[in-house]
Amino acid sequence: MTYTRRSKDELAARVAHDIPEGAIVNLGIGQPTLVANHIPSSREVLLHSENGILGMGPAPAKGQEDYDLINAGKQPVTLLPGGAFFHHADSFAMMRGGHLDICVLGAFQVSATGDLANWHTGEPDAIPAVGGAMDLAIGAKQTWVMMDLLTKQGQSKLVQACTYPLTGIACVKRVYTDLATLACTPQGLVLIDMVPGLALEELSSLIGLPLKPA
Amino acid sequence: MINKFVSSVSEALTGTADGSTVMIGGFGTAGIPDELIEGLIAQGARELTVVNNNAGNAEQGLAALLKAGRVRKIICSFPRQTDSHVFDGLYRSGQVELELVPQGNLAERIRAAGAGIGGFFTPTGYGTELAKNADGSLKETREIDGRMYVYETPIHADLALIKAERGDRWGNLTYRMAARNFGPIMAMAARKTVATVHEQVALGELDPETVVTPGIFVQAVVKIDRVATQAGGFKA
Repeated sequence: MTYTRRSKDELAARVAHDIPEGAIVNLGIGQPTLVANHIPSSREVLLHSENGILGMGPAPAKGQEDYDLINAGKQPVTLLPGGAFFHHADSFAMMRGGHLDICVLGAFQVSATGDLANWHTGEPDAIPAVGGAMDLAIGAKQTWVMMDLLTKQGQSKLVQACTYPLTGIACVKRVYTDLATLACTPQGLVLIDMVPGLALEELSSLIGLPLKPA
Repeated sequence: MINKFVSSVSEALTGTADGSTVMIGGFGTAGIPDELIEGLIAQGARELTVVNNNAGNAEQGLAALLKAGRVRKIICSFPRQTDSHVFDGLYRSGQVELELVPQGNLAERIRAAGAGIGGFFTPTGYGTELAKNADGSLKETREIDGRMYVYETPIHADLALIKAERGDRWGNLTYRMAARNFGPIMAMAARKTVATVHEQVALGELDPETVVTPGIFVQAVVKIDRVATQAGGFKA
């Protein structure tokens, strides 16, 4: 059997599919921001941006940018009617205090039990930068990761134990990848779904870890 | 009469001592007090510890302060940017010390200082490299109701430089959109806070229900003219 990887948009749509009506969500910088484009307009979802916005809307039309109104990735955004602004301590209280339902983050590595590494490669010459990654990882009611399953060298980013510096311990509930969706549990990885044509044994062999079927 | 209106940036920054800890507001393009940073460079204080979310972009603002050799240490959450080359060079050559703090811990440590809190236990960073002290020893931890927390200390400052939108002579401030970011908490955490505003208004003109930073946290208010945006309105 052959199988096709989910494209970036298909992966974003897969994540968006699981975000329920009424959810308050923080989408991390980079690939996770694509998820917003795939939330059906019939579903009311509130987007949080850690620089102090709740009820964030899409990017403005060209020429309408206001650089006082930007997201955490420093791109111009808009505010929906009903949206609110607040200072940084309140914004991170929303995270740390468990008020966000879901955050979606990118990752270098995730362990089978949900440890996350996404802030630093640990290389000697790398300048470390963490931003809100650690606050987001442990703050939301559910932390989801969105990433390619394999590195460009073909190594699984789902691992027994992270080798990169940790962002948080046992904080990831679910990992959405280009090949499969998996849950991280104290007992290890549990398969939620995978792309058509991929067999459980083949996926397990790519990851190099045992998988419990859904 | 209480009058915190100050006619110039240089007057507002007079007396800034070498070795001061200076908080600088702003996140991305929003809320950076550019004129106050330029004023601090002109004022000349050295050996500064700077608290900001980032570590400067391109050659202006905080990057220019770094390039002028005024900064001994920077406390921030996200120094690495595509255009943070001034910081990158100084850091790699050991000319500036970095204390990297998760962004929410940074905000809460600033807030704690302003609120008179002697520190706090937070779950953020537990079990990571950032739960260590500068000497590599582990920060204090505690289990509370089955969850692990790290003890973090307040960050006090001698001076806070922030950008607001409107202010009155008692120092009451409002902000604009996401430019609010660190302004309100930095104003609380510093012994002296200088705010730029685009409008100096008479007492009573700010709706008391919408004042964000009460004047008790502000010592000087300087007016800076607005700059037109691409959209044709005004910003910054």
